Amino acid sequence: MEAYLDNSATTRCCEEAAQLVVKLLTEDYGNPSSLHNKGVIAENYMNDARKKIAKTLKVQEKEICFTSGGTESNNLAIIGVAEANKRSGKHVITTSIEHPSVSATMAYLEEHGYEVTYLPVDAYGVISLDDLKAAIRPDTILVSLMQVNNEIGAVEPIAEAGALIKQCNPQTLFHVDAIQSYGKMRIYPAKMHVDLLSVSGHKIHGPKGSGFLYIKDKTKIHPLLNGGGQQRGMRSGTENVPAIAGLGVAAERIYTGFEEKIDRMYTLREHFIEEVTKIPGVHVNGHTDRSNAPHIVSVSTEGVRAEVLLHALEDKEIYVSAGSACSSNKPSVSHTLKSIGLKPELLDATIRFSFCVETTEEEIDYAVKEMAALVPMLQKYTRH
Amino acid sequence: MYKSFLIKYAEIAIKGKNRYLFEDALVQNIRYHLERVEGTFHVRKENGRIYVDTEGEYDYDETVETLQRIFGIVGICPVVLVEDEGFDALAKVVCDYVDRTYPDKNFTFKVDARRARKNYPMTSMEINAAVGEKILEAFPETSVDVHHPEVMIHIEIRPMINIYSTEIPGPGGMPLGTAGRAMLLLSGGIDSPVAGYMVSKRGVTLEATYFHAPPYTSERAKQKVIDLAKKVARYSGQIKLHVVNFTDIQLYIYEKCPHEELTIIMRRYMMKIAEHFAEEGKCLGMITGESIGQVASQTMQSLAVTNEVCHMPVYRPLIAMDKQDIVSIAEKIDTYETSILPYEDCCTIFVAKHPVTKPSLKHIKKSECRLEEKIDELMQTAIDTTETILVDAE
Repeated sequence: MEAYLDNSATTRCCEEAAQLVVKLLTEDYGNPSSLHNKGVIAENYMNDARKKIAKTLKVQEKEICFTSGGTESNNLAIIGVAEANKRSGKHVITTSIEHPSVSATMAYLEEHGYEVTYLPVDAYGVISLDDLKAAIRPDTILVSLMQVNNEIGAVEPIAEAGALIKQCNPQTLFHVDAIQSYGKMRIYPAKMHVDLLSVSGHKIHGPKGSGFLYIKDKTKIHPLLNGGGQQRGMRSGTENVPAIAGLGVAAERIYTGFEEKIDRMYTLREHFIEEVTKIPGVHVNGHTDRSNAPHIVSVSTEGVRAEVLLHALEDKEIYVSAGSACSSNKPSVSHTLKSIGLKPELLDATIRFSFCVETTEEEIDYAVKEMAALVPMLQKYTRH
Repeated sequence: MYKSFLIKYAEIAIKGKNRYLFEDALVQNIRYHLERVEGTFHVRKENGRIYVDTEGEYDYDETVETLQRIFGIVGICPVVLVEDEGFDALAKVVCDYVDRTYPDKNFTFKVDARRARKNYPMTSMEINAAVGEKILEAFPETSVDVHHPEVMIHIEIRPMINIYSTEIPGPGGMPLGTAGRAMLLLSGGIDSPVAGYMVSKRGVTLEATYFHAPPYTSERAKQKVIDLAKKVARYSGQIKLHVVNFTDIQLYIYEKCPHEELTIIMRRYMMKIAEHFAEEGKCLGMITGESIGQVASQTMQSLAVTNEVCHMPVYRPLIAMDKQDIVSIAEKIDTYETSILPYEDCCTIFVAKHPVTKPSLKHIKKSECRLEEKIDELMQTAIDTTETILVDAE
């Protein structure tokens, strides 16, 4: 049997979205900017998607700016805000466990004369509000936090952080990378004092190359792409209507019957953790209870290199990610795992299982069973 | 603007009575390679010369790049071929040629005529002088320098008259298929593709053996080796690649033998398995990318111990080369970028911190006795489960 447990890398596109994508590529293929009927039809699809998405966040439709996905959304939010607000200050706050689409963009800002504060995290990957409070200054223009960490599933206190930021400095804008959290938790930017929120389509069973940035009305931000002025000038370029429509469908679906889905995912996660930690030498990183995200389990295995275990599981048609891609030629250690203080010998021995709404108990049981057989065998042969 | 290329070759010309075999192989190889290039080409042999004639539109750059990868070619001369219509017509053609080829006329030149067809009414010297004069008349900025000309204009009077002034260097070597077959031990590293290229350059057809060790090495590592074989095949032609699953043998050695001897013992079994396929494929030798002292398994002692299992000659073209020189060739043949992709290969996964650097054969053989129980069976399984892939240049 096959067990695809790499849903934080990407998910299967749902049939309904995929069919709509094909229809919009081959039948209703108009350019939304065209004045004729075909353009109007395309525009309607886009508006419909915008409406569906806005509803999930309880925000205005005009506050949704479609992008090519998570990386672009994060870049647009961070660079766009930094550029537009540089006269108010050049200080930015983020965490030490961000995804590269945020951390590399922060490095880019540093090269261009901005100052970036990186908040540390505790052993479970969570920031401290006190640290955040202490870091906010009069010249802080932006705080960018991820809501759910992609490697261990740690959940950051977004609502509390939002309130705190606005209390300390009302001028500071608040960006949330919700790429791993959208579709896994209820997110209401207005209530949480969030000004910008990044979402990717292919993490929620939508098409690859789709995503959006929620931009609160009247937020000071510059576009990254200049051109024909589409999407109210915020993102020029002919809209990827098929992907946008597919994203709309996926967003609506993921938030339908939501509470049961999440409860089911948590139950699966708890079951998986209980079983997998019975294997000698296997540990789970991050919170094991429901204060963690429902879909991510970070597993460290003593004496087994992540890449080897990954390929051994692959051989059994179980697909996972290596928490830290490491090889003899190019050691690159995960910032997240380092930041939570994982023992050095486990940095290279950590894999990530990630679930989705389609994940079944059979898949979980199968994965645990194979892990239990493989781990002792692989532990026998280690590099000395 | 050129409709033909004159192909120059060197060593073939001295091969005596076997010369035609080499020439025919070269003609065939040129045809084979040009099949992949946009355009219609005719390759012909004429009076100890090979010509590539083009028909209609063709991609000049791609054609030259392709010819530059064909072993045996030392020079590629884009040539203008004209019928003999008297001296005035010839002089006009040469002047036109100079005009088109050299937009900037500030250069020194010399005319070098050769009269292969002796019934031409002028001698070579007379042609040189007369054509030179016409060029000076037409382009007063030019000047003649008979000792160190910047441009040498060749005029060869054959059945057709050949006019050319540039020679683009070819790779040299011998035409592929004129020497025999050899088995290359191909890893994912920098050295082995270069070793394969170098031996192939002497006209040797290649087969290759790659050892992978799933789950310790990944599917991407295997794909990397296939990609490297494709790059080498751009020069060597199709490569038959044997992919051997080496995991069980490796783990067995790991279990039974001293850890610091693992790599050297492993390499002995790799050679044995490669030799099995080499014999099966009627190869006359094996090729490795080893270079003295590069790593622990490539000290002279280690090489001697590894070599001891082989019956066939093992060619090691990089044996006395420095790493940087090997890298330069890898860059030239475009394998370097692929070679440095960071996928683990099976030589490094269990490598000891301090592997033996001066193994003694007696000692290693004694260690290998511990493998007696299962090693033959494991070798047989590895051979039986080997996957064979025919790799063509892309």
